[in-house]
Amino acid sequence: MNKAAYAPPPSKATLGPIAELRNVSKRFGDILAADGLDLSIMSGEFLSFLGPSGCGKTTALRILAGFEAPTTGEVLLDGEIVNDLDPFRRPVNMVFQHYALFPHLTVAQNIGYGLRQRRPRPPRDEIERKVKTALEIVRLEGFEDRRIWEMSGGQQQRVALARAIVNEPKLLLLDEPMAALDRKLRKEMQIELQNIQRRLGMTFILVTHDQEEALSMSDRICIMRDGRIVQTGTPRELYDQPRNRYVAGFVGTSNFFDGVVESVAADQAQVSVKGGIVLAGRAISPVAVGQEVSVSVRPEQIRLERANAADRPGWPVTILNRIFLGEHTEYLVKHESLGEFMVLTPRQAELSDGPFNAGERLMALWEAGGALVLKQD
Amino acid sequence: MTQRSRNLLLLAPAGAWFLVMLVIPLTVVLIFSFGERGAAGGYVPAFTLDQYANLPARWAAFKNTLILAPAGTLASLLIAYPLAYYLAVRADPRWKTVLLVLVIVPFWTSILIRSYAWIFLLGGRGIPALLAAIGIEDVRLINTPFAVLIGIVYGYLPLMVFPIFVNLDRLDKRLLEASSDLGASPWRTFLQVTLPMSLPGIATGCLLVFILLMGEFLIPAILGGGKVFFVGNALVDLFLQSRNWAFGSAVAATLVILMLVTVTAYMRLIRRLGAQREDVALM
Ligand SMILES: Nc1ncnc2c1ncn2[C@@H]1O[C@H](COP(=O)(O)OP(=O)(O)O)[C@@H](O)[C@H]1O
Ligand SMILES: [Mg+2]
Repeated sequence: MNKAAYAPPPSKATLGPIAELRNVSKRFGDILAADGLDLSIMSGEFLSFLGPSGCGKTTALRILAGFEAPTTGEVLLDGEIVNDLDPFRRPVNMVFQHYALFPHLTVAQNIGYGLRQRRPRPPRDEIERKVKTALEIVRLEGFEDRRIWEMSGGQQQRVALARAIVNEPKLLLLDEPMAALDRKLRKEMQIELQNIQRRLGMTFILVTHDQEEALSMSDRICIMRDGRIVQTGTPRELYDQPRNRYVAGFVGTSNFFDGVVESVAADQAQVSVKGGIVLAGRAISPVAVGQEVSVSVRPEQIRLERANAADRPGWPVTILNRIFLGEHTEYLVKHESLGEFMVLTPRQAELSDGPFNAGERLMALWEAGGALVLKQD
Repeated sequence: MTQRSRNLLLLAPAGAWFLVMLVIPLTVVLIFSFGERGAAGGYVPAFTLDQYANLPARWAAFKNTLILAPAGTLASLLIAYPLAYYLAVRADPRWKTVLLVLVIVPFWTSILIRSYAWIFLLGGRGIPALLAAIGIEDVRLINTPFAVLIGIVYGYLPLMVFPIFVNLDRLDKRLLEASSDLGASPWRTFLQVTLPMSLPGIATGCLLVFILLMGEFLIPAILGGGKVFFVGNALVDLFLQSRNWAFGSAVAATLVILMLVTVTAYMRLIRRLGAQREDVALM
């Protein structure tokens, strides 16, 4: 990873990664919540753990924060192994999933809590000044003396964020911080969080099960499944070169046609799918003849044309359903052998050729480069 | 049915109970306290303040009660808190219920019998004998304020443990992690989060134990051996032995007033400590 690609690192630029997991596993009884995690987190980076509920995202964060000791493997902060370092001694702060704000303290007291634990204890006016700045950053000026239960969900979330960033941690861990917010507020907070991260040059690790959130905010994303990291990369890398069907399904949406590899030439593979149809596609990772794979075609890679429009090869389909999305229109179409799949058509295409109506018979076609041949696992 | 009449219906049973068991007896006590003792005991109607003027005669009982009730409450708290903390925070969840039941097991036998057991333990052949064996001679425990204190702590401990346990058990453990995450050592987390958050439980436990202790007579009677007596013992004596109902009523009325004053002051203090706190404000 090229570090320069990220937001400017904090003043004390470190050469190596700011945090590292080396073959970290965590076992809870029979459950392997983290399974051989390997990851380097760069200074100033915004990294996301993305995966379904129960895949071990929180466990990974808690290992970094020090709440869980890894069963095997090593955790490094700033190049030093910290496996046995207590959470309260780590230069890491966490925004908890349900905020975990102190109900017996005011907003300002909550935010100043971390500063008051420092030894030597900073002078009172310095704490006050920093708390004030933090409140400004999260746009909660004037809420100093409010009680936590007097704040709305969104405001509590900001307090939780301020309580963490005020300590200027080397690493800020955020565990689904926006899960409890309504959609509109979540969008706002996503943008704001990104701005704050850029402005402060802090290193953020965000846990989320919302792919849109991960895609829009992160420099890099770790796709997780069953305690393992399936693939780590920039949103674009994951979108364009998913390692397997799972990643492709998790990053953006895609149509999958399952089949068996018939022949391979360089990175081009021919896959025989349902009804004796053979689809061509680019294999992201090497596949072998006879292997069970999925051909993945993104809905926006597919074009719909009126049947008589061209003599090019396409798949005759019937439109089952149409959803108008503003800039795009989403069609659910059905091919008699391939089955149902989604097509996303830009408004531009609609103006010249469409709109297409439910029940209409059309040709669906995609460029050869638009289809990816992906391993099942 | 209006909200108002429904409220009245909700309060009716408790209201009737209060009237019969509290207001009427209290009124009777108050009336008696201004009366006179009959020649053969009992009560003769009158209106005199003689009984109240005679209160200093029972000063020792008041003094003992006003010292040992708060001291007993405090001692119970100091012993109950770590126990409740262990049960709620540290104990293996699978054993929690069992351990909790063990705390109330002593309640399965009468306090009378249990206190008699302490007579033996604190008496000449009990702990003092053990102490003598290791060279600490002439320790007297039975019939001292200390013996009464031990009896009190022993008898009232579960009453203190339970509210604190419930409070700590409900405490969101993530708050403790948040505190640790923000750099507080375990001890500082206890002082800054656990302790203030368990204030409602402490307040409830102390109130329960204190109020009951103010009226206590059994433990001082058994373990104080007539040397350490509470107002409760004075009342038993006045009503049952000397049959001086008028003076007894004056003593009882004074105790009620003392209790009202101390409990009110206590509630004020708790409110102030937890000013503006949702959980405490509700108390
Ligand atoms: N303290 C724990 N004890 C036992 N099992 C746990 C514990 N914490 C997490 N797990 C299990 O580990 C797996 C991963 O959990 P978690 O990291 O919370 O997932 P996520 O945050 O991705 O939803 C789950 O199966 C969960 O039940
Ligand atoms: Mg989680």
